[in-house]
Amino acid sequence: MAEKGIYTKRNDGRKMDEVRPMSAKVGIVPSADGSASFQTGKTKAIAVVRGPRTLHPQHMQDAKTGILRVNYGMMPFSVEDRIRPGPNRRSEEISKVTEWALSSVIDLSGFPNTVVDVFIQIPQADAGTRVAGINAAAMALAHAGIPMREMVSAIGVGKIDKTLVIDLDKYEDSEFHDGEGSTDIPLVMTSRSKEIALLQLDGKISIPEFKAVIEMGKKACDNILKIQMDALKNITGEGNE
Amino acid sequence: MVTKGRQIVVPGEVIATGNEFLPGDGAYRDGQEVVAGRYGIVDNYEKHVRVVPISGAYYPRRGNTIIGTIVDITFNGWLIDFGGAQNAFLPVAEVPRYINRNELRDFLDFGETVIIKVWDVKPRGIDVSMKMRGFGKIEGGMIIPVNSNKVPRIIGKEGSMVKLIQGAAGCEITVGQNGKVWISGKNADSEIATKKIIEFITDNSTVNGLTEKVEKFIKKMGLKINKEDSVEIIAENTDGEEQ
Repeated sequence: MAEKGIYTKRNDGRKMDEVRPMSAKVGIVPSADGSASFQTGKTKAIAVVRGPRTLHPQHMQDAKTGILRVNYGMMPFSVEDRIRPGPNRRSEEISKVTEWALSSVIDLSGFPNTVVDVFIQIPQADAGTRVAGINAAAMALAHAGIPMREMVSAIGVGKIDKTLVIDLDKYEDSEFHDGEGSTDIPLVMTSRSKEIALLQLDGKISIPEFKAVIEMGKKACDNILKIQMDALKNITGEGNE
Repeated sequence: MVTKGRQIVVPGEVIATGNEFLPGDGAYRDGQEVVAGRYGIVDNYEKHVRVVPISGAYYPRRGNTIIGTIVDITFNGWLIDFGGAQNAFLPVAEVPRYINRNELRDFLDFGETVIIKVWDVKPRGIDVSMKMRGFGKIEGGMIIPVNSNKVPRIIGKEGSMVKLIQGAAGCEITVGQNGKVWISGKNADSEIATKKIIEFITDNSTVNGLTEKVEKFIKKMGLKINKEDSVEIIAENTDGEEQ
């Protein structure tokens, strides 16, 4: 880190350890059992929870516990060039990793043979959509009254050339190719035990840099947790609206 | 340390510290601390700490009055969909009169709607009964869906709100705690008026002095408030929480 890279100033003028302006809202979909939205900079995510309800097809049912099913999707107009709606390789992967990250905190053993559906939609994307989706989904699950041991918060951390940065935007994530290029690490942390619920890595990074970047992420997750808790506590109306 | 007042807690948040506290529904112990296991309002009664849900899907409790639809008929009873995680089971022995095992369909057929009482809640489903007065098959009237978390507001303190609506519109109302309200009146106009009042209550469920607001709303609709009308309340607020 003593080495100075070519990326000395961030594209949007942020400090290296500064996140984009974030906001969260709970109870945005009246017809759902739980719902929330999370926004960081230009990235927006909406999460809707339905259930627990009987799981069909029946062969997927688990007699010991309820299961969690996550569906992540980007809206066709979420990026500059229209994306084809419907499931694709990337969205299937994100659905699966989100499911794993959230499964580590929720407890559905009281609802055998049922499913809790989480639908995550991205109406506007500027990198970091999976972490924004996880932040929204955690709030929506809490809002739906699902038994949870704790909350989860998520942040994207990474390395641009030789510089460690937090909350990468689209330019940093996929348009920066000079020097060592960009490395992107989505990180999900639990709120109470401070365990890592999800960690992915796309790019190259050395072990000391990796350790430093995880510390940065943990600090940011603590702040995101505050935003999530504020949104849940200042809910207008005690119903679902 | 205990959090005070009607405080909303988020999963993972510490509610109380100390071995003397007992975690109840929606809370769990982690070492010295009692931690929220779900999102809701803290209820601390004599060191018994629980978290009361304020949003989300309907979870049946023993004694709840619910309204549901027959979705399946088995050899010894009916399966009823009431909008919960599992279907409710109504055994043939829990209906008011003797039914021949081969004639279950004659008594309650697919798609018919019933008012029932929750008898037992188990993780694998709930058992219900129809054996008391006020429970049974629904015929006529209309059913409107409401948010199950707002049901205590529609019922009011000891059924005061239901009495107010019934007195004003002259309709019979049965509030199912699963968020279904059955309205049955002499004519469609009175049923629609009742529906409007209930919608007004659910839209304004968080305001203070709701009863006065509802009374004002009823007067604006051109209806009279008839407080003397002694009507019987079938659905009581068995949740034990006053909003």
